[in-house]
Amino acid sequence: MKELQPILQMTGIQKQFPGVKALSGVDFRLFPGEVHALMGENGAGKSTLIKVLTGVYTADQGSVEMEGHAIAVHSPQEAQRAGISTVYQEVNLCPNLSVAENIYIGNEPCRLGRIRWKEMNRNAERLLQERLHLQIDVTQPLESYSVAVQQLIAIARALSISAKVLILDEPTSSLDQSEVRQLFDIMRKLKQDGLAILFVTHFLDQVYEVSDRITILRGGEFVGEYLAADLPRIELVSKMIGKELVMLEKLETLSNESDSNDKKDDVVMLEAEGLGRQGAIEPFDLRIHQGEILGLAGLLGSGRTEMARLFFGADRPDKGSLRLAGSGAGSIHTPRQAIDQGIAFCSENRKTEGIIDDLTVRENIVLALQASKGWFRRIPRKRQEEIAEEYISLLNINPRDSEQLIRHLSGGNQQKVLLARWLLTEPKLLILDEPTRGIDIGAKAEIQKLVLSLAQKGMSVIFISSELEEVLRVSHRIAVLRDRRKVKEMTGTEMNQQLVMQAIAGGDKG
Amino acid sequence: MLKRQYIPLWVTIGLFLLIFIVGSFRYTGFFSMQVLLNLLIDNAFLLIAAVGMTFVIVSGGIDLSVGSMIALTTMVSASLLQQGWPPMIVILLVLIIGVLFGTAMGAIIHYFNIQPFIVTLAGMFLARGLCYVISINTITIDNAFYTSVAQTKIKLPGGSFISISVLIALAVVAMGIYLAHYTKFGRNTYAVGGSEPSSMLMGLPVARTKMMVFGFSGFCSALAGIVFTFYMLSGYGLHANGMELDVIAAVVIGGTLLTGGVGYVVGTFFGVLIQGVIQTIISFEGTLSSWWTRIVIGVLLLLFILLQRLLGERRLTGRSSG
Amino acid sequence: MMKHRLFWPLMVLVVLLLFNLIYSPDFFSIKMRDGHLYGSLIDILNFGSPLILVAIGMTLVIATGGIDLSVGSVVAITGAMACLSISRANDQNGLVAVLGAVGIALVLSAALGLWNGFLVARIGIQPIIATLILMVAGRGIAQLITNGQIITVLSPKYQYIGAGSLLTLPFSIFIVAAMFVIASLLTRKTALGLFIEAVGCKPTASRLAGVRSRTVMLAVYMFCGLCAGIAGLLLSSNVSSADGNNAGLWYELDAILAVVIGGTSLTGGRFYLAGTLVGALIIQTLTTTIYMVGVPPEITLVVKALVVLAVCLVQSEKFRGLLRGRPKAGPLQTANPEVKRHA
Repeated sequence: MKELQPILQMTGIQKQFPGVKALSGVDFRLFPGEVHALMGENGAGKSTLIKVLTGVYTADQGSVEMEGHAIAVHSPQEAQRAGISTVYQEVNLCPNLSVAENIYIGNEPCRLGRIRWKEMNRNAERLLQERLHLQIDVTQPLESYSVAVQQLIAIARALSISAKVLILDEPTSSLDQSEVRQLFDIMRKLKQDGLAILFVTHFLDQVYEVSDRITILRGGEFVGEYLAADLPRIELVSKMIGKELVMLEKLETLSNESDSNDKKDDVVMLEAEGLGRQGAIEPFDLRIHQGEILGLAGLLGSGRTEMARLFFGADRPDKGSLRLAGSGAGSIHTPRQAIDQGIAFCSENRKTEGIIDDLTVRENIVLALQASKGWFRRIPRKRQEEIAEEYISLLNINPRDSEQLIRHLSGGNQQKVLLARWLLTEPKLLILDEPTRGIDIGAKAEIQKLVLSLAQKGMSVIFISSELEEVLRVSHRIAVLRDRRKVKEMTGTEMNQQLVMQAIAGGDKG
Repeated sequence: MLKRQYIPLWVTIGLFLLIFIVGSFRYTGFFSMQVLLNLLIDNAFLLIAAVGMTFVIVSGGIDLSVGSMIALTTMVSASLLQQGWPPMIVILLVLIIGVLFGTAMGAIIHYFNIQPFIVTLAGMFLARGLCYVISINTITIDNAFYTSVAQTKIKLPGGSFISISVLIALAVVAMGIYLAHYTKFGRNTYAVGGSEPSSMLMGLPVARTKMMVFGFSGFCSALAGIVFTFYMLSGYGLHANGMELDVIAAVVIGGTLLTGGVGYVVGTFFGVLIQGVIQTIISFEGTLSSWWTRIVIGVLLLLFILLQRLLGERRLTGRSSG
Repeated sequence: MMKHRLFWPLMVLVVLLLFNLIYSPDFFSIKMRDGHLYGSLIDILNFGSPLILVAIGMTLVIATGGIDLSVGSVVAITGAMACLSISRANDQNGLVAVLGAVGIALVLSAALGLWNGFLVARIGIQPIIATLILMVAGRGIAQLITNGQIITVLSPKYQYIGAGSLLTLPFSIFIVAAMFVIASLLTRKTALGLFIEAVGCKPTASRLAGVRSRTVMLAVYMFCGLCAGIAGLLLSSNVSSADGNNAGLWYELDAILAVVIGGTSLTGGRFYLAGTLVGALIIQTLTTTIYMVGVPPEITLVVKALVVLAVCLVQSEKFRGLLRGRPKAGPLQTANPEVKRHA
């Protein structure tokens, strides 16, 4: 069956954004009756490729062929007309409309301009039952159903406009085990019906459970296309993460030095017991010692960020407890409380949760410190400028102008400004979520060096990164996460690429 | 089973009945067909404008220009009639002006991505200012057609009567219900109000829908203006001053979510009646002054917004645990 | 940078003033009579002072990404409250009675502002809707206080607030100057300004940086209520009476307009008090001009409509993109490109 012509063929796709090459020469093909997983870490170009395919972006170069004919899609509507439908992670339907309407709106059965509700509801019921084995009241508003059912309804909408290619963009990330199983049953059935399914997920187990073929992207480039059965897990992970041969010898020595300090008997800074949040991360135990760098390793979506957000009070845990050393520490329910307890958190979403666009570098740096000082103890303007200058030269922020608006800075420099913001509060525990993402090698090395020196001065650091080498390089201890669970803690000699990668990949199936 | 999205609607209808029953027990002469029909006669223009506003709010927007549009309509009608234009042409012309005015605002809102609040604010200033460009004084209407429409009483069995304006208003309500529930335009309006990005991705004509919604609201405002002209038999720049607030309040009390996506023309109908019945009660009470109407409406507004908020919160928590 | 931002509003103001000068050559002349200065420029400052006050409060609210529609009603309520309590006093001109009335009115206006802030920050209702409630009910409350009548008071001491003069200038100018200085100090000499801008620009990032956004919002709405309250006192004392129905009518719209002309974006973030001041003066000068030219004053509305539209179009990214040719689209700016593209 795989000897057939591919239904969809993308060749040499190239897409450039100002300053970033998002895709360069990417090939992708999809056969009827298969589930094809598109894999890659953050910034690999998955979402750009999908957006090119669905007409949200237009490729700078390359061709897209559907059933042997070149097509040019310029909008989601055109993509739908060509037979390509997408179901997004955030269900893109209207929560206020009924189930039946969500399936048919835009193509409602009409007579003389009057919508035939009965016919529409009947059709919807039949479609859901026959193709998705779903028996629900289609007159209820969409929002009265779980996300899992909403996702199935989105698939039903795609089927109703007779899609030939179905793109499932991280459909499982907000589903529980049994819902995932139900979705997979349906995917297998649709596959048998001859539909071509492009499946994007971060869960490795799921990839192997349902996919026939895997295409891997890394850094906007095509790594390869493999049959799922022929690609061992460990190899998949290593191809996704890649091996970056950077010259960072100095760091190695630094790291080794600090390794010699045994952290085991040190003061426990933070202790989590059975901490968890439904739909975010399974309950886990974790300790962080003073002056220790704890690396969190795992793929995107493995629960790294969710864990960090619980420590900072950005999300509320619904299970377990969190204890802080020293003070008869009150509970941490809000970021404000966390900051007062000496915790700092650099979010991975620099654009939305980090920088304040309209403010200057200086204002962005002093914001957290000023917030903890309150309204009336304003840091005098002169002192603000001194602080800004100090950190600009300490962290080598470019341009060296504290009155520049932060949005005009490059990603790496924005990241350094955020680091400065938190260092200024002199935290006891610094949580860095992807601090080096999207920034150049030089800045990366500087940040890593800084982290090491902070730990030597007694600060505890939680270091999260998708780049395994980086985590290995800076961490004293590594906690590995997979599929929203903490699966392993590793120290000393265990901490090598091979073993950590095995833990990330999980199972002995690889 | 009571569907949750209908709760505000049932609360509204229940509230209207409750107030009416209380009034009937308290005041002699309150419980009569004519008192009920007077609610419609005195609020016909409000009802018509509110139907248009319901669509705007369901689509996620707001229209502050309705009061001014009504004034402009009375002004244009009065001055053209004064110059001897035939009534039918005048009516047609003001309706066209209303539609164009609304559509233009919708286009600016959509294509330049400016908040509806501020665009319709400009529309409100403009329409009211244009009234004064025509004349700063009241222009009375003595056109035979207008006066006869104004004075016609349609007798109903039982001795009560309604005006022609009531028929127009009821027709608009019926048309509103049909449009909202049985046409693609109506359903697209709900979709856009529910989630504009989703509507875009589902391939719905978002731009056209938004312009049509504001165009429809402009049409309703102009029609309300015509009915208001029948009611007042004059054109004046200060007519319907601040009426946009009454209209918005009626729509919200009628159970339409100010965040868009949920709302019923039937609810708006009862929202207008509630405002009317409160006024009637206050006039029957005698000792209470007219400003109590505003205060009571403000309180009702608060209660309904809190109710919506409460239901909305349940909706959010229901979703995240899904 | 500072110059650049205020350049256009100032130009508009200058052009308006020059037009007046050409139209009536003695427009700029200021005469001394009975120890008071008289002249059109002084009138603009004097008559414009309530609007400036309301606009100062509105600037801060808009900077947090909110809006306050209820200021006009608050103006009416405080004026009514002050006049009521003076009219009840045995000696209407007694210092205690006047100060007491002013105190009650100001506390009331701050409380009303706090109510708005509570609905927005605590209950989480959209600002436009939350303040709509008080906008609707407020006029009723004002009329309830005045019992539907116009309360006239006979109190030279109270009248001094809005119609008296100090050092040859109208006293109201001093009040406005004082509030402007207070607002500037409050926002620039404490950290409040920084917090307001942070919350208005990026609520999520601000929360994660530890800013107490709810407290900031409460304070800002309260301050806005207070500003409207003072404006209410000025208006009612100027005419020694309170009219619950018409006092402060449409102030919310003029104030929003002044803020927008002054360069503060309706989406929140950076705010410019000086810009607001110029914006309010433009509106007041416009009104004066139209009076002078002899056009019915109501036509100001048409001009205002065009100004609102022009300012909003200039602020609209899309419109500017249209002027420049193709809008620039980077991967990061277009977080939701599908929404914008297929508009």
